[in-house]
Amino acid sequence: MNIDQFKPMIVYTIYIAATPEKVWEALTSAEFSRKYFFGNAVEVDLKVGGAYIVHAPDGAPQISGEVIECDPPRKLTVTFNVNWPALIEKLGATLVSWEIEPAGDVVRLTMTEAHDRPLSDDILSGGRSGWPAILSSLKSLLETGQALVIKMEPPRQMLAALKAMGIETP
Amino acid sequence: MSKPEFVYTTYIETSAEKLWQALTSGDFTERYWFGHRVTSDWQVGSPYRFARQGAPSVEGKVLVSDPPKRLAYTWDPCSPDARREPTSRVTFDLEPRGKVVKLTVTHDNLDEGGKTFRDISGGWPMVIASLKSLLESGKPLPADLVSNCAAEPSTKPEFIYISYIETTPEIAEPDKAVRA
Repeated sequence: MNIDQFKPMIVYTIYIAATPEKVWEALTSAEFSRKYFFGNAVEVDLKVGGAYIVHAPDGAPQISGEVIECDPPRKLTVTFNVNWPALIEKLGATLVSWEIEPAGDVVRLTMTEAHDRPLSDDILSGGRSGWPAILSSLKSLLETGQALVIKMEPPRQMLAALKAMGIETP
Repeated sequence: MSKPEFVYTTYIETSAEKLWQALTSGDFTERYWFGHRVTSDWQVGSPYRFARQGAPSVEGKVLVSDPPKRLAYTWDPCSPDARREPTSRVTFDLEPRGKVVKLTVTHDNLDEGGKTFRDISGGWPMVIASLKSLLESGKPLPADLVSNCAAEPSTKPEFIYISYIETTPEIAEPDKAVRA
């Protein structure tokens, strides 16, 4: 896969009082991710070409991908494809990378969601509202030991846009 | 013609009232805003000013003061090179979501490619992360964070450009927007 064709469309930067190793562990372990990622469990085979899977709370694989870059504890890039029929075919693959940079005693975590074609603001609205909630909760978990309990509205704007493109959503 | 707009959202385990106090109290801002202390009576039309160790850093006037839901003010950095840029506007929206508050910072009326736009794109994530840490854990982020980050090469400015600029068809003048 040629990742040069992907352009960043959502970038979220957050500063966390934790070590790069702790942030890396939180991004790559099921135990951590269940707490801050709405109950979803990340399972990743940490080598280039390894599988990246996110299991929904009921165990079903919800997101499937592949590790593209793996440089612990600095950078992880994966394909991040939601398992909805026709989604990949119509929107192409989604590329997500997390970059962890020490900034004094804290860490700057930068999440980038990239795509290989232009996407509408309606389609991107799901990620724009979801990532800040997920990463805010990750920061709380690492700094206080407690993830956030956030009441999220369903991403109606994105779901309507997907439906209009003929993509079936749950 | 559209102008760039910077939007940053986070979720904080606190009440809207405490968050409002953190945004408007000099004692609070001095702790998490890396030493910058804010002063104002927070009445619409009143001036406000941030100062660090007595030296003014940002000033402007209050456009919206609707505690604990919405606060907006004009933004004029006090550094000589930023003074030549047009006055921009900052809006804080506080929305309770269960046990947490969704905080959205919108900075608009920015000059594309200007110094203010560059500064605030890097600055807001630091300030808001430190505010969140203070309210949740009692400890802000270290005061040397800004200098530690400034010492590094700025990462991928084109990334910031692409992600944070959300062009809007029309952004009203600050004064008009408040009346509307």
